[in-house]
Amino acid sequence: MKINLTVNHKNYSLQINSDLLLVDLLRDHIGLTGTKKGCEIGECGACTVIMNGKTVNSCLVLAVQADGAEITTIEGVANNGDLHPVQQAFLEHDAVHCGFCTPGMVLSAINLLNHNPNPTEFEIREAIAGNLCRCTGYQQIVEAIQSAADKSK
Amino acid sequence: MAESKYVKSKIFFEEEFEEKLAEVPTDPKGPWPANDNLKIIGKPVSRIDGYDKVSGTAVYTFDINLPRMAQARILRSAVPHAKIKKIDTGKAESLPGVLGILSSNNAQEIKWFNTSSLFDTHLRYQGDEIACVVAESEAIALKALKLIKIEFDELPFTVDAKEAMGEKAPKIYDEGNIQGGKPFEYARGDVDKAFQEADAIVEDTFDTQVAIHNPTEVHCSVVNWDGDDLTVWDSTQAIYGVRDTVADALKMPASKVRIIKKYMGGGFGSKLECGKYTVMAALLARKIGRPVRIVVDRKEMNLAVGNRPNSVQKLKLAASKDGTLTAISHYSYGAIGGYEGGAGCSWPARQMYKCDNVKVEEYSVFTNTGPTRPFRAPGYPQGIFALDSAIDMLAEKIRMNPLEFRMKNNAEKHPMWNAPFTSKLLKEAYEQGAKAIGWDKRNNQPGADKGPVKKGMGMASQIWWGGGGPPSHAVLKLNRDGSARVIAGTQDLGTGTYTFMAQIVHEVLDIPMDKIEVILGDTAVGPYCPSSGGSTTAPSVSPAVRDAAENMKIKLLEAAAAQLESEKKNLVYVNGLISDTSNPEKKIDIPGLMGKMGEQTITTTGSREANPEGYITQTFGAQFAKVEVDTLTGKIKVNKIVAAHDIGRVLNRKTLDNQFHGGIMQGLSYALMEEQIVDINTGKVVNTNLHDYKIPIIADIPEIEVIIVSEADPMNSNTGVKGCGEPAIIPTAAAIANAVYNAIGVRIKSLPMTPDKVLMALNQA
Ligand code: FES
Ligand code: FES
Repeated sequence: MKINLTVNHKNYSLQINSDLLLVDLLRDHIGLTGTKKGCEIGECGACTVIMNGKTVNSCLVLAVQADGAEITTIEGVANNGDLHPVQQAFLEHDAVHCGFCTPGMVLSAINLLNHNPNPTEFEIREAIAGNLCRCTGYQQIVEAIQSAADKSK
Repeated sequence: MAESKYVKSKIFFEEEFEEKLAEVPTDPKGPWPANDNLKIIGKPVSRIDGYDKVSGTAVYTFDINLPRMAQARILRSAVPHAKIKKIDTGKAESLPGVLGILSSNNAQEIKWFNTSSLFDTHLRYQGDEIACVVAESEAIALKALKLIKIEFDELPFTVDAKEAMGEKAPKIYDEGNIQGGKPFEYARGDVDKAFQEADAIVEDTFDTQVAIHNPTEVHCSVVNWDGDDLTVWDSTQAIYGVRDTVADALKMPASKVRIIKKYMGGGFGSKLECGKYTVMAALLARKIGRPVRIVVDRKEMNLAVGNRPNSVQKLKLAASKDGTLTAISHYSYGAIGGYEGGAGCSWPARQMYKCDNVKVEEYSVFTNTGPTRPFRAPGYPQGIFALDSAIDMLAEKIRMNPLEFRMKNNAEKHPMWNAPFTSKLLKEAYEQGAKAIGWDKRNNQPGADKGPVKKGMGMASQIWWGGGGPPSHAVLKLNRDGSARVIAGTQDLGTGTYTFMAQIVHEVLDIPMDKIEVILGDTAVGPYCPSSGGSTTAPSVSPAVRDAAENMKIKLLEAAAAQLESEKKNLVYVNGLISDTSNPEKKIDIPGLMGKMGEQTITTTGSREANPEGYITQTFGAQFAKVEVDTLTGKIKVNKIVAAHDIGRVLNRKTLDNQFHGGIMQGLSYALMEEQIVDINTGKVVNTNLHDYKIPIIADIPEIEVIIVSEADPMNSNTGVKGCGEPAIIPTAAAIANAVYNAIGVRIKSLPMTPDKVLMALNQA
């Protein structure tokens, strides 16, 4: 079947199977491998993308459900090589270790700040509670998000 | 050119000593000054690969997509113990899109483990490999797996180490279930006599659970044949190890196998060796003439790619009234699964403290469960949990503060070999850690807090290897424009190898960081470096990189002498500028000098020097925990961890802190939540996903303070670095357990310390 969607401000019209997952559409059909897969059953958050202003686990969304949707992946966040303030803060605060969870973390953080520019530490923790990181101790991630919020004030 | 020689180098790697013949420099460079007097070493430098990771452009093995690439998946045993009678792949083969199937029906015999083969018809655990399907897509491959029909005889199984050691247990091997037929034994002094003469004795049994590494990137490989040449992208901690295993398995020259690993999503030990899946993918790729990607999914990760084995440890300790630890007896066993492995956890008992009389007896037991693999300090978090719990019990018995007791029994020399250490700052770690946590405010009376939520404080010690050693090499190339490329056959697991290699080149040669490129993780280009385990990467690789950079400086001075027509002894190298002290007019910078050479690049090599003879290099530390325990719900909350460690020189404060925080977090979850559960009735794993196998989320983090008490270990190498990845996790669970006791006055002797165990212990008290 055919679907139309916008990914990182670009329109796509694709012929797909009805059982295709959004994560596989992004990775295999559009080639955006910045979206990761850690479990494929909605437990790790590595596949987080922003869909119509909400973060979703793209392994839990059928591609057909994204028909007409507007999607932001990690590749759509930096502007012409200039990092988004959240990405910059992740880099500066070393909120990154192996980096496999990072795209999902960054998108969860950006979406939080889009809706709540002044989050409390508790709200930050809530916003990324669905993103598992096995390498860091999370502290640097909280600090990075906090500082990105402070800087954009 | 720099001279080199060969020495027999002995280094401790993960679980035992390894001796290798190693090329080392004959002109070892002197030690660096303290970090305060260095430009970039030890500073909080942002990762040079950070941009790739935050922007999503970093390509992991999982992301590699080659033209015409096919997808492979593995069929695994659903039962814990069986003999295959027949495999019928007919239906699967006729599924459209299936390109090939490998199983014991058609695969050549390739030896795997000591006793088994790539496709063994004797299945020894749930998850053992049966067949591998390659297809046009992963979905088709998965569908085909379901169409393969297996006829097998189920065999009686045993999944419990204690049961497996018994006479009546089903035998996994004819020789019996105890690996090697007998326990590992160690003894010094006279334990029996020491117990007879002791003023105080404690004796107890502790147990720890099976834990799974679960890095976020699953194990995966992509393989591609080009004629006889095989290229493998693998998510691995050991590019050379994988290369040799693949070459041996396929009976091809190692020179024809190239392993590439640029970015990887964690490993923690689970990716220290080549997996069967890589070899299966290579066989299938050759068969179908296409590149093949093979992925091990999260469920398979929780069954078949290794674990931290469980342990049951019976400990008996003795002390005299004055606080001297006089005897340790350690008896333990643990399940290693269906294939060779190790469940030993007695290293801490043998070497943590000065103690003249020690006896160890440990059993690694075959069971019908998943295999073991080194997991961040194999044997140590479990060993220290039991030992340091017992140490606290003993200190209490002789009415001594547990910190003072540890101080008193600090070993000035290595207790097993009576050898001196290159450096040991454990006392400093005790002191500074105690100060930071406020040890003097600790409850004197365990469980004395009023009310249902009780607070406590505890601590534990850390010992590990981490000195690294040769062989380890680096190549440095300088280009016409003064930019540099540094190459080493090592790995970065997220640990910061890329960044410290660039920092070292900058430190020595003043080349701007953004003009330094680092290449690692490729057997075709990198000079040899060992696999990344045992906290050996930084201590092995950093001196080799510094050696290459210093050799480059020597070359540049020679080139400048020729260009400036100066005497070499008059030239100095300061901030990237070479000047003649006898004639201030004569000076030249690196791009200027390189510009005189046309387009040639200058190359130097560097090697890790030999470790000093007769000395032992180890890392040390102590962690302190503040907890609160809700005695109504049994829930333990960790409020703060102070980690004070001697890890030699800090190369990069940012990546160091990150590494420590991550290790402590894994230690905390090992203490409180992680546990693989096997149903003893069915022999099957109950929790194979990340919902049921708990790893910490952001809500679980305590406040963490990391104190490094060491400046450098100059005797060990020219950078004086010791490793820190494993030290971070070792004492965390024990410190928390001791804090829990201090809070509630009841000791939890079993990991993880879940609420049910806490409530049960409180009820029995
Ligand atoms: S891959 Fe989607 S949540 Fe893990
Ligand atoms: S950085 Fe490795 S999983 Fe988060």
